Parts: sequence; C-alpha cells; structure tokens
Amino acid sequence: MMRLMLILTVLVGALFVAALAAGPANIGLFESLGALVGGDAGPLTLVMREIRLPRALLALMIGGGLGLAGAAMQGYLRNPLADPGLIGVSSSAALGAVLAIQTGLSASFAFGLPLAALVGAVIGVVLVLVLAGPRGSSLTLILAGIAISALAGALTSLVLNLSPNPFAANEIVFWMMGSLADRSMTHVWIALPLILLGAVMLITLARGLDALTLGEDAAEAMGIGLRRMRLTLIFGTAAVVGASTAVAGAIGFVGLVVPHLLRPFVGAQPGRLLWASALGGAGMLLAADIVVRVVLPARDLKLGVVTALIGAPLFLHLIYRTRREGL
Amino acid sequence: MLVSVQSSSVLRALWFAGALIAAPVAAVADTPERREPPRRVVSMNLCTDQLAMMVAGEGQLLSVSYLASDRRSSAMVEQAAAYHRNHGLAEEIYLLQSDLVVAGSFSTRATVDMLGRLGIPVAVFDPAYAVSDVQDRLAQMGEVLGQQDRASALIANFEHQLARYRSDVSRRPRAALYYANGYTSGDKTLAGQILNLAGLDNIAVEQGFGAGGVIPLEVLALAQPETVITSRPFPGASRSEEVKDHPVIKTLRRKHPEAAMTDSDWVCGTPFVLRAIEDMVALRQKMQKADP
Amino acid sequence: MTLLTLKDFGVTRRKREVLRDVNMTVDQGELIGIIGANGAGKTTLMRAAMGLIDSTGHSSLAGLPPHARGRAVAWMPQSREIAWPVDVETLVRLGRTPHIAAGQRPQAEDFAAVERALLRMDLGALRGRTATRLSGGEQARVLIARALAQETPLLMADEPIAGLDPAHQIATMRSFADLASEGHSVIVSLHDLGLAARHCTRLIVIDKGGLAADGPPQEVLSAARVRETFGISAYFKTTAEGPIFQPLEVVA
Repeated sequence: MMRLMLILTVLVGALFVAALAAGPANIGLFESLGALVGGDAGPLTLVMREIRLPRALLALMIGGGLGLAGAAMQGYLRNPLADPGLIGVSSSAALGAVLAIQTGLSASFAFGLPLAALVGAVIGVVLVLVLAGPRGSSLTLILAGIAISALAGALTSLVLNLSPNPFAANEIVFWMMGSLADRSMTHVWIALPLILLGAVMLITLARGLDALTLGEDAAEAMGIGLRRMRLTLIFGTAAVVGASTAVAGAIGFVGLVVPHLLRPFVGAQPGRLLWASALGGAGMLLAADIVVRVVLPARDLKLGVVTALIGAPLFLHLIYRTRREGL
Repeated sequence: MLVSVQSSSVLRALWFAGALIAAPVAAVADTPERREPPRRVVSMNLCTDQLAMMVAGEGQLLSVSYLASDRRSSAMVEQAAAYHRNHGLAEEIYLLQSDLVVAGSFSTRATVDMLGRLGIPVAVFDPAYAVSDVQDRLAQMGEVLGQQDRASALIANFEHQLARYRSDVSRRPRAALYYANGYTSGDKTLAGQILNLAGLDNIAVEQGFGAGGVIPLEVLALAQPETVITSRPFPGASRSEEVKDHPVIKTLRRKHPEAAMTDSDWVCGTPFVLRAIEDMVALRQKMQKADP
Repeated sequence: MTLLTLKDFGVTRRKREVLRDVNMTVDQGELIGIIGANGAGKTTLMRAAMGLIDSTGHSSLAGLPPHARGRAVAWMPQSREIAWPVDVETLVRLGRTPHIAAGQRPQAEDFAAVERALLRMDLGALRGRTATRLSGGEQARVLIARALAQETPLLMADEPIAGLDPAHQIATMRSFADLASEGHSVIVSLHDLGLAARHCTRLIVIDKGGLAADGPPQEVLSAARVRETFGISAYFKTTAEGPIFQPLEVVA
C-alpha cells in the first residue's frame, strides 16, 4: 500500500512538471522551470506563472477531487459504475454555474460561481440517491444518471440560448465537455477552498466505506452512522464536483476509470481506494491535459473528449461484465 | 417608407402556404439582370442593410434587418428607424411582396433557397476582407439597385478620404487584435487591413496567423505586443469573453488600456471603416509618443 | 449477567402493529433459536431489539449509543453481502471496526482477535483468498468469523445456516454452541426445526404478532404448538443421539 502511494506520488509529480513544460510556445524544460521559480517580469515568467501554472494546478486539484469523489460514490453505493459525471452530478453543477454567470452573480461575488455550482451539484446528488435507492442497483443508478444529465443539459442549453450574449449559445460544448484552456490563478483561488473542504469531508468516509462492505445493516450495527455518512457524501461530492465544474466545465469518467484501475492494487478496500484514487485522478487529468496540448495544439480539443475516449470503452467493458455477472 | 402588412396571422400563414405549393422551383440568380431598377428591395444582412441605405433611391428600400437598429453592430441606427424591420425569415420577406432581396453570403442557406423557390430574386454579397472591398461592394450595390451614379459618387468620396492615410510612418508600433474565444485577425481580414492603414504592425502576421483564427495565449504573451486591442464586451456574460480579462491580457494592455474596437465601424465593408482607421491612427500616435 | 432485556417491546411498521408485548431477557451462556412462520416477524424482532428500526417499549440494546452497541452485540444480517473482492483476512478484520477509532490503525490486540476468529472457523488456509470467490459455505464461515472477531458478549444472526449443506449447518450450530458454553450468548433465527431442537438451549416462537412460546425445545415444540404455529404434524423424540425432530405432514 505504501509502495503504491509512493509510486503514484512520484508519477503525479513527474506529470505536474511535464504539464508545466507543455504548451504551444516552444520553451525548453529547464528554461521554463527557471522562469517559473526565479523570474524577472519578462514574458516567459508571465506565461509560466499566469498560464501554465494555474492550468497544471487546476488539473491536479480537479483530477484529484474527481477521482476521490468517484471512489467515495462507488464505495457508498457499492457499485463500480458510480461516477459523478455519469450519474448527472457534473451536469447539474454546470447548470448551477451557468445560472450564476448569466444572472451576474459570479460577476458581483467571485465565490458565487462555485457556490452556485455546489447547489446544483447537491440537487443532482440528492436526486440520484433518492432515485437509486439505498443499494443503488446498476440499472436504477444509470437510469437516474441519464435522466438527470438530460434534464440538466437541456436546462443549461436553454439558459445559454436565452442569454443576450451572442457567444453564450455556443458555450454548451465547454460546459458539457470541459476544458482547462486559458484559466488563470483567479480560477485556482476560487476553486481551491471548496475542493479542499469537499476532499477532507470525503476522506473521513474511509472507515464507514470499509464497513459498508458487509452491507448497510451490518455496518450500522457496528456503530457506523449511515445518515451522517450520506450527508457527508452528498456535501463532500457536491463541493468537489461543484467547484471543479464551475471553473472547468463537466469532466466525466475520471471518477469511473481511476477507482476501477486502482482497486486491485489496494486489495479492493474502499477506504484505501479513496487516497489512491485522489492521486490517480490527479495523474490522469494531468496526463489528459498534456495530451490535449501536445496532440492537437492548433484546435482547442476539449479535456472531456480525452477522458471520454479513455473512459467510455472501459465503461462498455464494465457494462459487459455486469451483464455477465447479473445486475 | 413604412409598410405594414394588415392581415391576420392565420390568413398570412394560409397565403404563404399557398404560395409555397403553387410556386415553381426557380433558380437563384446571383446578380439578376433587370431592365428597370427594383422598386421593393428588402435587405436581410447587417452589411447589405447599410450599403443599401446609402445607395438606394427614394422609396426603393422597404426593409432592413433588425441588426441595423442594434447600436453596437450598426453605424446607421437612426437611418434604420425609417425602415420596416425584418428578421431574415422567408415568410415575412415574402409577405412584404419584395421584388429583390439582398443578402450576405453567410445568410442562412435554407432561407435563401426558400426565397428562390418562391420566385424572389436574391442578390448575394460577400463579406469584406480588405479595405478595397468597400469600393467593390458599393459598386455591386449600385449595379443591383440600378443606382450606379449614386454609388460612384460615394466611392469617389471614400477614396478621397482614404488617401489621407497612405502617408509614411516613422515607426510602426506592434499591436494585437484579440476577441472572445482567443480569436485574432490577420492581414487577410478587414480588421487587419484597418490596422495596417493606421500604421500599426499586426503581431498575428508575425506569428504566422495570416488569415486569423485562434492564437494561443502563450504565443500572444511571448510575442510581447505593445498593446492588445479587444472588442467591447457584450451584455450578459459568457465564458468566451472571460479570456479578455485574463491577467496576461491585462498585463499586456496596461500601457494603453483604452484600446478597443467598436463593432459598428469594423465589421462591415462600408465607408464607416474610415472611422475605425481614424481611431487606430489616434492610438498609433499615442503609442508613438509613449515609446518613440 | 443479562445481555439483553426486552420489556413491553413492540414494533409498528407502516401503520401495522407487527409485534407487541414482547418481554424477555437473555443471560450469558444461552443459544437461543427464534422460530416462526415466514413473515412472522423474526427479523423484525432482532433488528428492532438492536435499534436498527424504531420500536416502542424498552430494549437494553437499542438504548445504547452506536459505538457502545457495536461492542455489545455483533449482527449478521440475512443478506450475507460482501460488496467488494477483498481477501478473507481483511473481511474478518472488519469485525474489529467498533474497536478501532477513526483514523487509528489496527493494534496487536485487533490482529490477535482476527487470528482467533480465523482459527476457530478453520479459515487458516483461506486467509489470503478473495472472499467473493469462495463457495457459499466458505463465505458463511467467513462472515461468522467476522462476527466472532468483533468479540462481543452477544451475537445475533438472521438465518445464518440457510442454504448451507448439512455438514456446514451442523458445524455452524456447534460453533454457536461452543460460544455459548464459553459465556457468550447467541441468538439465531432459523427455519430448520430439527437443528433448532438439537442445538439450541432455548427456543422462542414468534406467532400472530407476539411471543407465543419461550422455553427449552422439549417444552416449546409440543404437538399443539407445532400444529398451531406451523400448521404441521411432527415426530419429536429425545433419543440416545439427542433430540430428533422431523416435520411430517401439513395439517389444516
């Protein structure tokens, strides 16, 4: 376990450095790192500190948060198909964010944006839990996700189309697929508090999630407070997903892929998987963001496209396996 | 001259439907040959609106698009008030009983085709990619409306005023154009040419974006333009426009934060580009004073 | 020492009174079988007694705060759920949850308890295997080991031997009997009246929304009681090999 953590930490560190070095402007690795750390007020330092650094930090924070949220949801619902993007939480967060922008709330109050997204996400999570029931069977879970994603997506599109701003109508792509392009340190600061708060809340679920391996009844009998767990899960996930979606749009599949890949390495224990998924998620999103900038630099390839290209085949595989083993 | 169509909406719909069924499929002619000038002209594109308003004779133009009354996009808002407003929909244009429609080449294909099927001639105008296109479009409008004399007069006036800007400039300051979603314009665009004539160097060309397109923020920052010219924000809010508030852009604009373009003068190939060039010349002079 | 007291205990679900006027106490060293027809309320009684569902009247366990209750009683639900493919040792170690505070690592004492439980249920060879890949009987043993690792005075199990083969059924009841003789108490609900008669020290019959009988098997499994509660006739004899109870025919 410790060895896994060490490997993941080193991997994330290396990807972070690589993310700082990736970009359309051809700057050497050492030159760029040098400009980042000890810079004059020259253009290179400006690029490193104001363009690349916030981008890498956001990939780290958001990837980590989404991996963690995915692992937490899967642990609670005892279902490996749970992922905040898949079950509509990201879409409802995006709706909240879009409403905040279009009503001018985010302009008058900087934290209004992630908070509005959090409210959207809370509604999404609550709806999923209500619809899916105490033990989220795969079928009800996915159906709930489809319904909520569809509704939230449609409402988001409506709000954008009603905007007096001519660009708003086309932004649905950003909100539904996610992107870290042209983000600034401002975005880092408004997202960080809620992501940290949510992450801390979700980490506290470790013990309870382990106990839930035996089912809700047995866990409750052992002294785990299920109601409190549920509330912590709702608000922790909403905080993480809300803040992430507010600044980067809806990025899916991180919370699905990472826990699935790392589960064998933590002995399938949900508690340990939380930490591993946080690190793994950070690594995955950093890697995806590097791919986006290296593979098709001229086009603004959305981050969600890359995560979907990785995640959707895996999802298909999971469905196939679920079908074989029964719902 | 204001034309109001006095029919109930049901009747309108029936009439329109009837016309659709009865109308033979007619080819769309780009520049129809006319023995006499058209008498009921409708324009459905912002740029053709303004050109038509300038060139048309008394009572010739019936309707302009609703964009012509938009203070942001149109330089002829007051004049537009005298005409009927249309929304570029085939149904309303047909019901105006027009005998010529002028449209842009990017007007909705479906609408233009529909008008053709209804037997209404459509004259299509390309957008302007160079300052020289102003004269060409004026001439084309004159041709189409049968007002060649008026057009020639406007062209002559334009060329006379344009000549003022072809003087030599000592140092050409470097500037960048930057719009929502990170777009820029190169030399092969009207905006780029405006910069050129005003005596400014466009860094987009330097960095290889001759036609324009998305310029990565990093590339823009490293090119170190002396200022960045942005468009004024639209009402409402959008994420696309957020990038203009990025700290990097703010830093690049700090010496000349007021540098901005006004859509109404920059977007269409009309004589109003002279105002845009005027603004840019003032900017260039200010930049030269700050950094000789 | 009394491990459980129920006084005027009742449960109402969905406006229907499922159980009422239940009075009983459980001391150390008992192996109690709860029997009754399907839907009589056996599971409801056990869950309500522990405080997992709402009840009226007094239950000594339900009144305890959750973490104290986790150390007072171990509960094995009917569903036998193992959600994730963890290994056997990890699963058994989950039984130590009430003894390990949040954020704490398991101590030597916890590992020792796990070892004892594994040994007792003869799981030494299976300790590294994935729990979800075991057979039904092996999984049942693992789950019992988890409950044993919890090392509580009282153990309650809902149909722990349903679906197991005869050897495992007998072995499981024997383990429970051994626990009872060591001073713990075990309450199990079951349908196999034969096993109940052979291994339990006391039987409780739930019928018509209340406690219909409470006593040693010989007393409880009278012909009249068997006919009234289960609607069957049966052969019941105490032999040299111990009590033998065999249901015979369905009686009107």
